[in-house]
Amino acid sequence: MSNAVITDKGPSTLRGASLPKWSPYAIAAGSVALGLGISAAAGLSSSIQWALIAGLLFVLGTYVIAARVEGRRQAKDRVATALVWVAFLLAVVPLVSLVWSTISRGVKVLDFYFLTHSMGLVADSEPGGGIYHAILGSLEQVALATVIAAPIGVLTAIYLVEYGRGKLAKAVTFFVDVMTGIPSIVAGLFILSIMLMFDMQPFGFAGSLALAILMMPVVVRSTEEMLKLVPNELREASLALGVPKWRTILKVVLPTSLGGITTGIMLAIARIAGETAPVLLLVWGNSLINANPFEGAQQSLPLYIYQQYANSAGAGAAYDRAWAASLTLIAFVMILNLVARGIARWKAPKTGR
Amino acid sequence: MAKRIDVSGLTAYYGSHKAIEDISMTVEPRSVTAFIGPSGCGKSTFLRTLNRMHEVTSGGRVEGKVLLDDEDLYGQGIDPVSVRREVGMVFQRPNPFPTMSIFDNVAAGLRLNGSYKKSELSDVVEKSLKGANLWNEVKDRLNKPGSGLSGGQQQRLCIARAIAVEPKVLLMDEPCSALDPISTLAIEDLIGELKERFTIVIVTHNMQQAARVSDRTAFFNLAAVGQPGKLIEIDETERIFSNPSVQATEDYISGRFG
Repeated sequence: MSNAVITDKGPSTLRGASLPKWSPYAIAAGSVALGLGISAAAGLSSSIQWALIAGLLFVLGTYVIAARVEGRRQAKDRVATALVWVAFLLAVVPLVSLVWSTISRGVKVLDFYFLTHSMGLVADSEPGGGIYHAILGSLEQVALATVIAAPIGVLTAIYLVEYGRGKLAKAVTFFVDVMTGIPSIVAGLFILSIMLMFDMQPFGFAGSLALAILMMPVVVRSTEEMLKLVPNELREASLALGVPKWRTILKVVLPTSLGGITTGIMLAIARIAGETAPVLLLVWGNSLINANPFEGAQQSLPLYIYQQYANSAGAGAAYDRAWAASLTLIAFVMILNLVARGIARWKAPKTGR
Repeated sequence: MAKRIDVSGLTAYYGSHKAIEDISMTVEPRSVTAFIGPSGCGKSTFLRTLNRMHEVTSGGRVEGKVLLDDEDLYGQGIDPVSVRREVGMVFQRPNPFPTMSIFDNVAAGLRLNGSYKKSELSDVVEKSLKGANLWNEVKDRLNKPGSGLSGGQQQRLCIARAIAVEPKVLLMDEPCSALDPISTLAIEDLIGELKERFTIVIVTHNMQQAARVSDRTAFFNLAAVGQPGKLIEIDETERIFSNPSVQATEDYISGRFG
């Protein structure tokens, strides 16, 4: 009678006590209230202080409450979750605050006139003027840098992943690593020393060269990672069809990783679009429109921001223009990122049925 | 179109490691030859030496001769790319090109080699897909991505891709090991049809499969881990599975080895 009906089942060993679903929110609200209370009582005025106290209380409170109700293992799990949330908020707060202050100060003078006019003969202390010359300069310099750095970077990565064996490949990898660490001012000085040798005046393309030096290692690194992600089986499948290696790379490997490579290049562009130091040395800055990157000083957005801010002492107009230009630069980089994401999604290998 | 393969004294290395040693055998045209043996005994390595895919792996090199209808694949001036056009290959895991549609996958071999007439392309694709018993399942969605098919369909797509370039020999490296029994049956039936046109060599871990599909079976073994793999014997499949001449073969087939 082994399968006789068991009448006395006893409590389930699989189900323990658990906190209700809303408990994390309640604990969070409680710790924020307590944090505010403590700061008020202690007379702390900074909002950072009460937020840190609240964060600490949230983690501690979660552990204590969960340990009492659910047991220690679940308590540890909940603490880990709580820590992740607190860390996330700590990381997001500066970002949101930065975006907020740029937008709130930048919109003051940002309008169509501002985007379509140069500084011309407007003095730094006067209101008016715009950033058309800076946008134009930035676009030209960054585009030229990309035209130089992207092909070299992608081809280098192809060499390293598909062909590179032995000492040469190791040396290339090493120097790419070294290049990643070059401070932007050093890249600028390098080009400047060449310019001085030939007794040249500042011009936009010199800045592009320095930016290309900064961009190249980033492109190599990201493209290398993307090419490594392409499964070896695809290469073998293509080779086994009697396709030569170079065509395999061109028609199978590159299309498969195109989305990732484009994203990498776009991010590299976003990185150099904000460089000020080499542009300051090599392009010099110009308050007039100069559409020719190969002759004469040009302007660029980051440099414009720096110069307006540096010259703003006492002049609210220049200060406002600097913020408006910052907002434009952030928008420019964000649009680039969105485009990169769009291309990555559009070109990603399709899985639809 | 099918060609005979004559291997004599073939030894293959990965760097300094000798993977297979002194293998000689003949593969008849329009027949199916199965390779069986324990993991790591060099079946796949040997298969890959037959279309020079072995040297794609870094450090891979080969000594010995592989004659394809009296022409040495490792002779001087032989282009490995041309070898692979004559000796096609199907891999263990289905690997359709993820960026291409079903049509483009089958057409890939022709397109990427640049040697085709546009008007013939769709005929070749249809013929190859029919040859791989896949046409009826995909004819209405040739423009959909190949990676959207089921595993068994993907593998037949890969076979269609391989036969689209009209090879003389088709090498299959465990083509059914990632598939369910029904898809496996479909592939096995297909192998039976394909052997009318091609010389087929198949590596398999499934001895029933070897017994079902092959005309001749080769048994590979290695003395110990780290030792090179060797060909123990090759004979008619019936003889190998009923009355092999070497004791090791019988032990392996009946499940008593070591």
